[in-house]
Amino acid sequence: MTLTLDSITKTFGKTTAVQNLSLEIPEGEIFGLLGANGAGKTTTFRIIIGLLEATKGRVYWDGSKVTYEKSGMVGYLPEERGLYPKLKVKEQLIYLGRLRGMKKADIVKELESWLERFRVPEYMNQRVEELSKGNQQKIQFISAVLHQPKLLILDEPFSGLDPVNVELLKRAVLDLKENGTSIVFSSHRMEHVEELCEHVCMLQHGTPIIHGRLKEIKRSFGKKNLRIHADFDLEYLKHTDGVLTFSSVTDGCVLQIDQETTAEHIFHTLQGKGFVRKFELEEPSLNDIFIEKAGTSYE
Amino acid sequence: MNKFGIILSHTYLTRVKTKSFLITTAITILFILLAGNVQSIMHSFGGSNEQEIAVLDETGGVVPALKENLQAGEREMSLHSYEGTETEAKKDVRDGTFDGFLKITSNEDIPQGEYYSMQGNPSPVSERLQQALQPVKLSRAANNAGIDPAAVQQITSSVVFETVALQEDAKTAEEMNSARGLVYVMLFLLYLSVIMYGNMIAMDVANEKSSRVMEILVSSAPPVTQMFAKIAGIALLGLTQFGAIVVVGYIMLQSKQDQLTGGVFQYFGLQGAGAGTFIYALVFFLLGYLLYATLSATLGSLVSRTEDVNQLMAPVIYLIMIAFFIAIFGLSSPDNMLVTVTSFIPFFTPMLMFLRVTMLNVPIWEIVLSFGLIISAIIILAAAGARVYKGGVLLYGKSNSLKDVKRALQLSKKE
Repeated sequence: MTLTLDSITKTFGKTTAVQNLSLEIPEGEIFGLLGANGAGKTTTFRIIIGLLEATKGRVYWDGSKVTYEKSGMVGYLPEERGLYPKLKVKEQLIYLGRLRGMKKADIVKELESWLERFRVPEYMNQRVEELSKGNQQKIQFISAVLHQPKLLILDEPFSGLDPVNVELLKRAVLDLKENGTSIVFSSHRMEHVEELCEHVCMLQHGTPIIHGRLKEIKRSFGKKNLRIHADFDLEYLKHTDGVLTFSSVTDGCVLQIDQETTAEHIFHTLQGKGFVRKFELEEPSLNDIFIEKAGTSYE
Repeated sequence: MNKFGIILSHTYLTRVKTKSFLITTAITILFILLAGNVQSIMHSFGGSNEQEIAVLDETGGVVPALKENLQAGEREMSLHSYEGTETEAKKDVRDGTFDGFLKITSNEDIPQGEYYSMQGNPSPVSERLQQALQPVKLSRAANNAGIDPAAVQQITSSVVFETVALQEDAKTAEEMNSARGLVYVMLFLLYLSVIMYGNMIAMDVANEKSSRVMEILVSSAPPVTQMFAKIAGIALLGLTQFGAIVVVGYIMLQSKQDQLTGGVFQYFGLQGAGAGTFIYALVFFLLGYLLYATLSATLGSLVSRTEDVNQLMAPVIYLIMIAFFIAIFGLSSPDNMLVTVTSFIPFFTPMLMFLRVTMLNVPIWEIVLSFGLIISAIIILAAAGARVYKGGVLLYGKSNSLKDVKRALQLSKKE
C-alpha cells in the first residue's frame, strides 16, 4: 500500500507550514523526512494521520484518506512523548492497544516479547513516571508498534537515547520494514537517515528542497570529499581549481571538491612530493548536503 | 468492544480505583451516618435531658391544669409539687436537686408565675411554662368575670380562612409542598454534580493534554467519541458515588424506622410526588448534566496545564450558580416573569423549567420548546466542542482566554 501526498499545502493564519509537498512512499520502505526545526515535519505527519486537515491537496493511503477506521493499521510516535504518568506500563498499553483494535490477551503477549527485546521485562508493572526518560521512550515506541501497523510514523524516534538503545530501536525499525511496514521517519541525525532510508525528502520552511532516492541525491550533489593524509604540507591545495573548502585534520586534510576529475588532477600533483598514506574519495555525507542546503548544522 | 466502550470503561475504572475517589465517598457516607444518628450521639453524651422542676403553688389547683397543658408538648419536663418553703426550693436548685423552681402566686385570684433557675435567662423551658400557664390564667380570669367558657373559646380561636383554586387542575397545597421538596433535591443534585463532575471531566481532559498522551489518543479514536465516552464514564462514576450514598442512607432510614417514619421523605414531601414528576426530574437532570459536561470537556481541552482548569471552569460555575439562585427565588414565586423567561435558556432550563413544571401547570408546548432548545444547545456545543477538542489538543502554551477557542477552531479546520 503506497502512501501518496498530493501537493499538500497547510497554512495557519498567515504562516505557511507546508507548501506544495508531494511525496510517494512505497510499501515496505523507510522514508526519511528531514528539515531544520520548524521546517514542517511534524505538521506533515499530523496531516498524514488526519490530525490536521490540509488546506490544499490530498493524502491517499491505499487509495483513500487515513481515517479512524484505519487507525488499527497506523502507528504513531509523536515528537512530544506522552503517556499517562500514573498508569502502569501494562495498563497503559492495554488501553492504547485496545484503542488500536487489539485484543487484551494479544497485547499482553506482544508487550512481553517487546519488553524482552528491549531488555526491560521488569517494567511491566511499573508506573511510567518511575521510568527514566529514555526508558519511557522505549515504552512509547512499543505503543506505536504493538499492533503491527502497516504504516508507521516516527517523529524523532532516536532522540534522547544512548547508543545501545539507538541500536536496539534501529534494529526493531528494520525488522518492521522487513515485515512490510511502510515507515516515515524524521530525524536530525543524518547518519541514522543514511543508514535506514532509501528515499528522503528535505523540507525548508515547508517547501521540499531535495527529494528522491538517497544515492541519486548524493550523486547529483556533485561535490565530493577528498581525504588526504600525507607527510608533507598540503596547504597549497587550497588554491587549486575545483577545491571548494579546505579543512586541516591531524595527518592531513579533507577537501570538498566540485567533481571527480578534480580529484584526478590533485592525485597527479601529489606525485613526487613525498609519501601519501591515504588518498580517499568519499561520497558526500547527508550531513554535508543538509548543511549546504539548509545552512544549519545539527551535529 | 468498540472504542466508545473502551474509553468509557477506562475512564471509569481508573477513576474509581483512585484514593481521592474512595476517600471522598467514604467521608460523605460517614457524614450521612453522623447526621442520621445525631440524636443518639447527643444522647450518649448528655445522658437524660429531662428537666426536673419544682413547683410551689400558693394558689392551689393550678398544677393539674398546668401539667395537662404541658403533656401535649415535651415529655422532657416533669413538674413536682414542692412541699417545702421557697428558700428551701431555691437551695435545692442551687444544689442541683432540681433544674428549676416555679413559684405560682395569685394576684386578685389571677395566677402569676416566677421561675428560678441557675441562669435565669428566658429559655425554652421557661417559655414552655409561660405558654402552659397562659390558658390557665385566661380561664381563671374569664371565670372571675362571669363569662361563659364557650364565649371565651369563640373569642380566642383563630378565624376560619380557606383558599380555593378556580383552575380545575391547579395543584393543591400538598402537591406544592412535594414539588418544592423535589425541586430542592434536584437543585442540589444538579448543582453538586455540575461542580464536582464537570470539574472532574475538565481535569481529566487537561491531564491527558498536559501529559501529552492526547496526541496518541486523538490519532486512535475520533474526538467526539472520546469526549462523550469520557462524559459517560464520569457520569457512571457519579452514579456509583450517589448509589453508594443512597444505599447507605436507605439502610440507615430503615433501621431507624420507628423513630422517623418516612422522616426525610416527609420533610421534603416526596411521598406526594407522582411518577411523572420523577420522570421529569430524571430527564431534566440528564440533559443538564450532558450540557454542562460537554461544556466542561470543551473547556478542558483548551488548557495545557491542569492548574489552568479552575480558571477556565469559573464561567461554568457562575452559570450554574445563577441558575441556582434564580431557582431559589423561583421557589417562592414560580410564576414570576423572570423565571418564565429564563426557563427557556438552555443553561438554566434543567433547574427552572423543572421548577415550573412541578409547581405550575405549564402548557405542553413550552415544555417541548425548552426540550428542543436544550437538546439543540447540546448538539451545537458537542459539534463545536468536538472541533475545539480536536484543535485544542494540539494547542499548547499559556492559555486562559477565549482567543484559544478561535485558535483551536483554526487548527481543526482546513482554512
